[in-house]
Amino acid sequence: MNSIKVSFRLNRKTVDLVVDSRESLLDVLRERLDTTGAKKGCDQGQCGACTVHIDGRRVVSCLTPAVQVAGREVTTIEGVAGPDGELHPLQQAFIDNDALQCGYCTPGQIMSGLACIKEGHTTDDAEIREYMSGNLCRCGCYVGVVAAVRETARKEAGR
Amino acid sequence: MKPFAYTRAESVAGAITALGSPGAQLLAGGTTMYDLMKLRIETPETLVDIQGLKALNYVDHSRPDMLVLGAGARMSDVADNAFVKKNFPAISESLWRAASQQLRNMATLGGNLLQRTRCSYFRGGEPFPCNKREPGSGCAALEGLDRGHALFGGSTSCIATYPGDLAISLLAFDAVIEVAGPKGRRTVPLAQLHVEPGDTPQIEHVLSDDEIIVEIRVPRTPSGRGSTYLKIRDRESYAFALVSAATGLTLARDGSVEDCRIALGGVGTRPIRATAAERSLIGKKVTAATARAAGEIAFAGAKPGHHNAFRIELGIRAVADALQTAKTRAS
Ligand SMILES: Cc1cc2nc3c(=O)[nH]c(=O)nc-3n(C[C@H](O)[C@H](O)[C@H](O)COP(=O)(O)OP(=O)(O)OC[C@H]3O[C@@H](n4cnc5c(N)ncnc54)[C@H](O)[C@@H]3O)c2cc1C
Ligand code: SF4
Ligand code: FES
Ligand code: FES
Repeated sequence: MNSIKVSFRLNRKTVDLVVDSRESLLDVLRERLDTTGAKKGCDQGQCGACTVHIDGRRVVSCLTPAVQVAGREVTTIEGVAGPDGELHPLQQAFIDNDALQCGYCTPGQIMSGLACIKEGHTTDDAEIREYMSGNLCRCGCYVGVVAAVRETARKEAGR
Repeated sequence: MKPFAYTRAESVAGAITALGSPGAQLLAGGTTMYDLMKLRIETPETLVDIQGLKALNYVDHSRPDMLVLGAGARMSDVADNAFVKKNFPAISESLWRAASQQLRNMATLGGNLLQRTRCSYFRGGEPFPCNKREPGSGCAALEGLDRGHALFGGSTSCIATYPGDLAISLLAFDAVIEVAGPKGRRTVPLAQLHVEPGDTPQIEHVLSDDEIIVEIRVPRTPSGRGSTYLKIRDRESYAFALVSAATGLTLARDGSVEDCRIALGGVGTRPIRATAAERSLIGKKVTAATARAAGEIAFAGAKPGHHNAFRIELGIRAVADALQTAKTRAS
């Protein structure tokens, strides 16, 4: 076993940890840091349920070796709501637009949606669909997901 | 996963030295490497991490004669680069039509070129025989499900498809890669980077274990502007190509073709340049008939297996459609 000390920021707090070089960021988040929001769907980069942000960009945490986040800023769904628990507008839009059923894919969808809006890949529904295609939903809530992302992007742009 | 030692490289030279230790391999975005390690198909003793090397992460379009891309540049950044979108739409499209935005934020161009096949018998491990994974064990695909397997370049040892998209658009534009190793630097034309399986499908490219791709250079050409990357998939997005075509055109005043580029993806054991099809269009106008004829020439040598012959007609039409898009952009 190869143990490596890593220090990184998780949802604005510093984390110091000794990790095995084999551990994924997803496993470290879920099994050791009590942040179970990011979900394990496939563990092979194919479903998007484990999406988190590293330095503000969306990635899949199942294909991120935990050693690679040393010195970086990780944001998970737990870090999205306001300090008093008030929902982020995109979280509210998911509720308003029925963008979920079982909810398993939802943390990944929201982390991906936040990034999609920030990247500006929300010109029209076709572009939203293309740039949200890395997040699969077994319940088939895609129409609601696109609507929630579209609505939030428009509100943010003041349209 | 097999235990391994991890080192973060601080420079290209440092990475080359670290690669000298036995069983050492590069880690960039990890989206192929770490994935295959989880499946116990890649079993490095040491991983040399170059993801954080800023010296490899750039797009340089200051040169009048070529576009220069750092091997560590992320797929998403290059896809969205304004210069690339305008002057090489095919390259931008081959990037954003690949994988997902999450993966593209992680994955590098160098890693993309050397990604490994998606053949399910290769990825599936035991009990499937696979000459690429375990030389001499046989090939489960030859008599198995070969719907996604290669129409060109297969052998009696392996018919696995090269799955990448970027290499196809780069091949159409005569890209070269710059490689650094213990003996210094050398240049390899992209057309010579990947090799056919023959009797040694475990060998996929001409680089040695301690060489690093540092840069990709693409000669600038008017055909770059008049280009596209058309990718046909089982679903609209986020899937590997059943077949793809990178096309580029330069047209004379009267609309006849002066320069033509056609490369095929998703159908070969390595990226394929359809030179005879390119030649067939020189001096002619791009019409439904000439575009279709070029597609037919491109697929003339295709060797289907049991379940993949439908991709020949699909490919012919993809080439024809991609030529029409290139024509619109070149006009
Ligand atoms: C779910 C999924 C869907 C995908 N869909 C597509 C798709 O549609 N189209 C497509 O093209 N790709 C697709 N990919 C593949 C993906 O694009 C590649 O895995 C990625 O580009 C590899 O880059 P990386 O930086 O992550 O490489 P790594 O995984 O880190 O490395 C890949 C290989 O290249 C070697 N390597 C890395 N960098 C260098 C270098 N600079 N010099 C020499 N060797 C190097 C590594 O040692 C390793 O062998 C998909 C992947 C996944 C997981
Ligand atoms: S086609 Fe190649 S990769 Fe697939 S099982 Fe056969 S030998 Fe292995
Ligand atoms: S669990 Fe990471 S993409 Fe499915
Ligand atoms: S809401 Fe059930 S998987 Fe998406």
